[in-house]
Amino acid sequence: MSENPTPEIIEPSDGARNTRRTGKVSSRTIEHYVAPLEETPLLAVDFVDETAEPQSMWSQAWRSLRKRPLFIISAFLILLVIVVAAFPQLFSHVDPTACRLDDSSETARAGHPLGFTLQGCDVYSRIIYGARASFLVGLFTTIIVVVFGGVVGALAGYYGGWLDAVLARLGDIFFALPLILGAIIVMQLPAFRDNRSVWTVIITLAAFGWPQMARITRGAVIEARGADFVTASRALGLSKFRALVNHVIPNSLSPVIVIATISLGTYIVAEATLSFLGIGLPPEIMSWGNDISNAQTQLRNNPETLMWPALALSITVLSFIMLGDAVRDALDPKARKG
Amino acid sequence: MTEQTKERGLNPADNQQPLLEIKNLAITFDTPDGPVNAVRNAHLTVMPGETVAIVGESGSGKSTTALSAIGLLPGNGRVSGGQIIFDGEDITHASEKRIIELRGNSIGMVPQDPMSNLNPVWKIGFQVKETLKANGLAGNNSKERVAQVLADAGLPDAKRRANQYPHEFSGGMRQRALIAIGLACSPRLLIADEPTSALDVTVQQQILDHLDTMTTELGTAVLLITHDLGLAAERAEKVVVMYKGQVVESGPALEILRNPQHPYTQRLVASAPSLASKRLQSKPLEVAEDLNAVVKPEHPRNTDNVLEIKDLTKVFKIRKGLGRSEDFTAVDNVSFSVKRGTTTAIVGESGSGKSTVAQMVLNLLKPTAGSIAFDGAQMNNLSEKELFTFRRRVQPIFQDPYGSLDPMFSIYRTIEEPLRIHGIGDAKSRQARVKELLSQVSLPSATMHRFPNELSGGQRQRIAIARALALQPEVIICDEAVSALDVLVQAQILKLLNELQENLGLTYLFITHDLAVVREIADDVCVMQNGRIVEQSTTDEVFNNPKSDYTRNLLAAIPGSTLLI
Repeated sequence: MSENPTPEIIEPSDGARNTRRTGKVSSRTIEHYVAPLEETPLLAVDFVDETAEPQSMWSQAWRSLRKRPLFIISAFLILLVIVVAAFPQLFSHVDPTACRLDDSSETARAGHPLGFTLQGCDVYSRIIYGARASFLVGLFTTIIVVVFGGVVGALAGYYGGWLDAVLARLGDIFFALPLILGAIIVMQLPAFRDNRSVWTVIITLAAFGWPQMARITRGAVIEARGADFVTASRALGLSKFRALVNHVIPNSLSPVIVIATISLGTYIVAEATLSFLGIGLPPEIMSWGNDISNAQTQLRNNPETLMWPALALSITVLSFIMLGDAVRDALDPKARKG
Repeated sequence: MTEQTKERGLNPADNQQPLLEIKNLAITFDTPDGPVNAVRNAHLTVMPGETVAIVGESGSGKSTTALSAIGLLPGNGRVSGGQIIFDGEDITHASEKRIIELRGNSIGMVPQDPMSNLNPVWKIGFQVKETLKANGLAGNNSKERVAQVLADAGLPDAKRRANQYPHEFSGGMRQRALIAIGLACSPRLLIADEPTSALDVTVQQQILDHLDTMTTELGTAVLLITHDLGLAAERAEKVVVMYKGQVVESGPALEILRNPQHPYTQRLVASAPSLASKRLQSKPLEVAEDLNAVVKPEHPRNTDNVLEIKDLTKVFKIRKGLGRSEDFTAVDNVSFSVKRGTTTAIVGESGSGKSTVAQMVLNLLKPTAGSIAFDGAQMNNLSEKELFTFRRRVQPIFQDPYGSLDPMFSIYRTIEEPLRIHGIGDAKSRQARVKELLSQVSLPSATMHRFPNELSGGQRQRIAIARALALQPEVIICDEAVSALDVLVQAQILKLLNELQENLGLTYLFITHDLAVVREIADDVCVMQNGRIVEQSTTDEVFNNPKSDYTRNLLAAIPGSTLLI
């Protein structure tokens, strides 16, 4: 209704009743051209092409995805990180905890390609074994954020009203606190300080990460809930909640998947940041953040000990962000750049 | 500029050099799946001052051909063959600089969608001035000039209007502003790409009349792109029919309409609703479908009213700033009834409240006052369970075939969904039923493995019809069900709906803005204006002997309605 704020100007139309419009006749001679029929064979109106392979949206996205260099590179790197995290012993036979002060700050030599830390630990081996903690934090934080933030966002967006108001304000409170600042404070709480583990880091990061996912989901759900197919299924007798589960949520997944992939990378960075500040993972858990933190005192004497774990971290995070970009392009061809 | 006008004014009839000539044009789009030939072998001439219409269905290459003349092809499209000659100059591969020189003062453009083609953050006057400035015509007194241009396009009170933003304009006024921009620099050729297809018929008529007057005064040639053959024949001297990227027929407008030669044009003329003049007739199928025969052995016709609507009113609250609200009566005291086995159409322009009526009949919206009786039972306060049973008996079909099917659901799941919701049959019998429904809407049963994005608009609409039929409803509410479809597809769907009605004894409540479609499908008509019914009667009565001025205006505004007799 608000689309037409001003009424149309209806000119006094005497033409409607008095004149019969007869069309225009040109004074010029106009040639009547008819194309030969064999040039454009006439097809049946609106026939179904039965030759093509049926394709769902997902299989279409996959087909476009698997040809992208960005996807191939990032997927390969991520696969590598996953294998390293799952089976570190395949990549390094050196025990990362067997450190000998004799080797302190030694340079690379056979069997130890990246040299040693100040404590005499093998840098390469520590990077390989450190992947697991970093990756687990990223993965589980993302899962919790997607499930919790997704549910909150979907309910808020779909039902609207007071539920939306309450949930959105709740999210805003968490959103207003900067992640690092909030995490520093939470990690100082006695309950967390005394039981530091992978899980305390995950819970802290998830607590400050879910509002972003809730917002994304809420927006996508609001867009999808107005679609005609939702009204159609309601008219078929589907309950409001079932319509949310069957139709609205599957159609809101694309942006959630994209953001989840990208944020998996950023949570790994956040973990490293917290560990670097000394409030993340406890020192006895090997992680890239802890290694970077330990190496900072050696920045001038032995910069490689800081450089290698930092490089591993950067490549991992970059591949998740690249993967997210590639997935976004595949799921939403309209947003493609260029 | 003045010199040119004089030159043109001298002897317009003898001046036989074409203004725009397109020869053998081929346009190719580069897509991820390889190059696609959008246009092949297109020929087209526009003489100075002449109106030429390109007619074709969506995807026929009509817009692409016209846009190539001002170098506005999308990034992945290119002219891969042929020539475009404007006023004796070959501009096929003209430099960007030359094309920009031509745009505005030599070739103007009126785009299709008035809602999205004006920048919402700038005032209308600024956007007109922008065009004038780009062509060095703003002069010292640009405000006066802007007001003049807008007034010429038929905007009353142009000075004040120039100071308003696009959202303060209605659709028709926005289109007038766009026409003002297109004609601001008195171009010699105006490309109008479906200039009125988003507007109501009465507004469309006014705008086209005005455009006619203006271009005749200025001596501007018009290349009119439209999907409506009736409109093309009425407004242009010459019609070019395009099909699958090729020109299949071109010639004098009236001759094309009265004596079409190419089979495609013949098909178009035969199915253009604006030209048709009678109700579709379908013969009942000899062999009744088994399943339906069991459920509905006979269809009593015209015996009782399946829907009775009395004094239906819907008031919306429109928020007006802090806590205040204003009542807006969308539907005002509407009463009508629908006979079993017949079609009743509700016709009206946008904002007439016709869709709100449909929503209330579907029980998706609560009426403010009044009553709806379905099969004798009041529907105001149905319990959950009663509502669930009601859903089985009344089904909707929506306008937008691209939005009404869940893109994540395969066709099988889409059609099976209603059966599943109502717990009908087991997996095997449901599959059989889906196959049967697909054959009822004339689609091959292999379609059920496909997804909506692989089907055309018309095919999607068939799927939507199959889904609506799955529960064997008695009443189907078609909310602009054929408005978004191409003419030929539209005719096909109307025929399908009519056959289904004949064979299954369905009752239709048909909501539409298009009176032409009404004549083909409806038995009774209610004409709505501003939430009220201004006329209701049988279709023949409304068409042959309209009582209200509004109905008469609507009828007169159907393009091409008077050409074929």
